[in-house]
Amino acid sequence: MAILSVSKLTKTFGGLTAVSDINIEIERGELVGLIGPNGAGKTTVFNLLTGIYPPTSGHIILNHDGNQKQLGGLRPDMISKAGLARTFQNIRLFRELSVLDNVRIAMHQNISYGLLSAFLHLPSYVREEKRVLDESLKLLDIFDLTSKQDEMANNLPYGEQRRLEIIRALATNPELLLLDEPAAGMNPAETAQLTSTIAQIREQFGLTILLIEHDMSVVMTICERIYVMDYGKLIAHGTPNEIKSNPRVIEAYLGEDVNNA
Amino acid sequence: MDTATKAVGTNFFNRPTVRKLLILIAIYIVVQVLIWTDILSAYLQVTLITICINIILAVGLNLITGFTGQFSLGHAGFMSIGAYTCALITMRMPTIWGFLIGIVAAIILAGIVGLIVGLPTLRLRGDYLAIATLGFAEIIRIIFVNLDITNGAAGLSGIPQFVNWPWMFFFTAGTVMLVSNFLKSTHGRACVSIREDEIAAETMGVATTKYKVTAFIIGSCFAGMAGALYASYFYVIKPEFFGFMKSIDILIIVVFGGLGSLSGSVLAAVVLAIISTLLQSFADLRMVLYALLLIVIMIFRPQGLMGSKEVSVAMLKKVGKSLSFKKKERG
Amino acid sequence: MEQFLQQLINGISLGSTYALIALGYTMVYGIIKLINFAHCDIYMIGAYIGYYCLTVFKLGFVPSLLIAMVLCTVLGVSIEKVAYKPLRNSSRIAVLITAIGVSLFLEYGMVALVGAGVMSYPTMTGVLADQYKLGQITISMQQIIIVGVSVLLMILLQFIVKKTKMGKAMRAVSLDADAAQLMGINVNATISFTFMLGSAFAGAAGVMVGMYYVSIKPLMGYLPGIKAFVAAVFGGIGSIPGAMIGGYFIGLVEVFVSGYVNSLYKDAVVFAILILILIIKPTGLMGRAEREKV
Repeated sequence: MAILSVSKLTKTFGGLTAVSDINIEIERGELVGLIGPNGAGKTTVFNLLTGIYPPTSGHIILNHDGNQKQLGGLRPDMISKAGLARTFQNIRLFRELSVLDNVRIAMHQNISYGLLSAFLHLPSYVREEKRVLDESLKLLDIFDLTSKQDEMANNLPYGEQRRLEIIRALATNPELLLLDEPAAGMNPAETAQLTSTIAQIREQFGLTILLIEHDMSVVMTICERIYVMDYGKLIAHGTPNEIKSNPRVIEAYLGEDVNNA
Repeated sequence: MDTATKAVGTNFFNRPTVRKLLILIAIYIVVQVLIWTDILSAYLQVTLITICINIILAVGLNLITGFTGQFSLGHAGFMSIGAYTCALITMRMPTIWGFLIGIVAAIILAGIVGLIVGLPTLRLRGDYLAIATLGFAEIIRIIFVNLDITNGAAGLSGIPQFVNWPWMFFFTAGTVMLVSNFLKSTHGRACVSIREDEIAAETMGVATTKYKVTAFIIGSCFAGMAGALYASYFYVIKPEFFGFMKSIDILIIVVFGGLGSLSGSVLAAVVLAIISTLLQSFADLRMVLYALLLIVIMIFRPQGLMGSKEVSVAMLKKVGKSLSFKKKERG
Repeated sequence: MEQFLQQLINGISLGSTYALIALGYTMVYGIIKLINFAHCDIYMIGAYIGYYCLTVFKLGFVPSLLIAMVLCTVLGVSIEKVAYKPLRNSSRIAVLITAIGVSLFLEYGMVALVGAGVMSYPTMTGVLADQYKLGQITISMQQIIIVGVSVLLMILLQFIVKKTKMGKAMRAVSLDADAAQLMGINVNATISFTFMLGSAFAGAAGVMVGMYYVSIKPLMGYLPGIKAFVAAVFGGIGSIPGAMIGGYFIGLVEVFVSGYVNSLYKDAVVFAILILILIIKPTGLMGRAEREKV
C-alpha cells in the first residue's frame, strides 16, 4: 500500500506555473529520489508536501496506519503531526539555540504536559523532560554530536549543521522523511558517510525516504526508484539504470558523465 | 538556554532551584529589614515598588517580544485594563479579599483582551504587528477616556492601597519564576523556535499561531497584574498614564536588558530606575537621554546588557576571575 | 447638503496634509522596509521652522515654506545617515526601535528647547486671510493653498518617479536593492533621495498646518503621524498613488465622523480602520503581497 500518493499536483504563483501535473507514488519503506536541474521545481514539490504552500490543484494523500489523510491545504505543523518530516535546502536550524534545544523542539508535538505543569514544573513536567532529554541524547549519539549538545547551532561546522538538520527531522518521529539536498557542499568523504547514514537510518527507524539530490553518487547508489523533473513537470520515472539510459533525462540533466557515477 | 534542567540528583545545596530559593529569601529579608529600620526612606520605597512593577511589565513584554519575537507596542494597554479592573473592584470591596479578587479579575480580563487583540494581529509581520498593537492600545485608552465608569480623563483616585513589600515581592518573584519555568518547558522552547525561524518551527510541528497568541496572552496577563498592583499602590490612575510613552518605557527596559534575557530585564529595571532617580531634576533631559540611549544601544550593542543570556553562577565566576586578574595586573 | 459640502471641503484640505505626510511613510517603507517613526516629527519641526521664519525673521509665507522644506530635507537625510544606515543589515525590530528613539529624541529635544506648551503662528494677513463664500459654504484661501500646494507637490512627485532616472532608481531599489546595485544604481544615493523627498513634503505639510490651525507644540506630530500612516497602509504601503488616495480618505473620514457622529471618537475611528485593514487586507488598496522564499 502506497504510503504517499501524489496525483496531478499543480502550483501556480500568479501567472507563473511552478509545478504541474506531478504524480508520485511511494511505497512504505522505499528510498526514492527526486532529481532534475536547478529551478525544476523539486523544492516546490517538497514545500507543497509539507504545507508551506497550498496546492493550486491536485491531491496529496498520506497513508497512515490504514487511514488515508489528505494533506493538501493543511498547515505544516499538522502535516508534521501526520508523520511527514523534512530538511531544508538552505539549512534552517534554530541558529541561536543549542544543538540539544534544536532537537528537543522537534520533539514538541510528542510531549504531553500542559501549561500548568510548565509553569509549576509539576511531576509530569519532570518526567517528560527527562524522557525528552534521554531521547534527544540518544539521537545525538547516533550522529556523533553528543559532545556538541550545548554548542550554539550557528557555531557548528557546515557538515555538522547538515547532520543536525537530519537529526532534528528525525526527532519529530516521522514515517516519511523528505531530504532536500542533504549532500550539498560536502566533499566526497563526507558524502560517502552521508550515503551510508541515510541507509542506516532508514533501517533503524523504519523510514520511507524521498530524497532531492544533485550528487549522482548518492542518488544512483541508494535510491530504488527515481523521479526526474524539468521545468515543473515530471519527465521520467524508473529505476536508476532506466534513468541513466533515458535519453530525455540525459539531454535535460545528466549528460554523459553519469555512467561514471 | 539554561541547561540546568539536566542537573538533577546532585548535592542538595548545589541544586539550582534550591540556590535560587535561598537567594530569593535573602533578598526578601534584607529589604524587609531595611524597611523596618527606616533605612529605606519612603521615597526609596516608592522607587522599589516601581522597580518591581516594571520588572513584571518588562518580563511580560520580553516573553512576547524578546523570546517569541513578536513586536508589541501596546503593552501599556493591558496594564491599564488591569489597573482599572482592580481599582473598580477594590473601590467597591475595600477588603483584602476585594484586592485578591481584583488581581485575579485584572489578570483574566487582560488575558481576554490579549486574546481578542492577538488572534487577528499575530498573523502580521513585525512592523505591521507593532503598529496594530499600538493602535489597539490607543483605542483602549480612548475608550477609557470616554467611559463614565472609569471617570474619563480625570481617572480614578482614592483606590484602596493594599500593596506593600511582602505582596510586591511575592508577585514579582512569582512572575519571574513562572515565566522562567515556562521558558524551560517545551512550550517555552516552542515560543523561542518561532523567533528563531517561524517556518522551520512550523515544519517541525510547532503550531506557531497558537504559541504566538499564547505568549501574547501570558504577557498581557502579567501586564494586567502589574496594572492592578500599580493601582493598589499609587491609588490614582488616569488613562494618560498608560499611553504610548508607557509602552515605550517598558520597551526601553527590555531592550536595554537584552531581548531574550530575563535577568537582563530585572537588571535593566533596577539600573534605569537608578538613572531615572539621578536625573530627577532634569525631567525634560531624561526623555532625550533615554531616546539617545535607545539609538546608541541599537547601533552599538543591540543585544543590550545581557543579550539572550541569563545571569548564572558560571558567568559570575568568570566576572569575578576577570576582576581579580585586573587587580593583579595593577599590582 | 451644504453642511456636507462644507465637510467635504474641510476633509479635502485636511486630507491633503495627511497625503503629504503619508507619502513620506510609504516611500521610505517601499525602499528600505522601515516604518519611519521619526517622520511625523520632521513634520513638527517643519512647523516650527515656519514659525521662526514668520515671527523672528519676518519672512513671507512662501519663503518660509521653502526654507522649511529645505531644512527638513537636510534633517531627514541626516537622520537616515546617522541612525538608519548603520542598521541596514540588522533585524527589523532593531531598526524600528531606533526609529522610535529618533522620534523621541526629536520630540523631547524640542520640549527641552522650547518647552512643552503651545506656540501660535502669527495671524495671516492679506491674501492669506481671504475667505470665499458660496452660499452657506466657506472656503478659505488657506485651504485653497493647502490643497493647491499639495496637489502641485504630488504631481511633481509623480513626474520624478515616472520620468526621471532617479525615480526609476527609486522604483528599482524598492523592488530589489541587490539587483539594482548590480545594475549600477547607487543605492545609498537613492535612499537618501527618497528621504529627501519625504522630508520635504512633511516639512511643507507642517508649515501649512501651522498656518491653518495656528497652534503648534512639540508633540503635534504624533496623532497626524499615526493617521497619515494609517492612510499609507490603507492605500497600500509602498504605493505612492495609494498614499495619496489614503490621505484623502482618512481626512474625509475624520471630518465626517467629527461632524456627523462624535468628535470624541474621531481618532478611535482611524485606529479602528487601521486594525480592520490589517486584518482584512494588510496590503491595502494598491499594495503587493510579499512572498518569502523557502
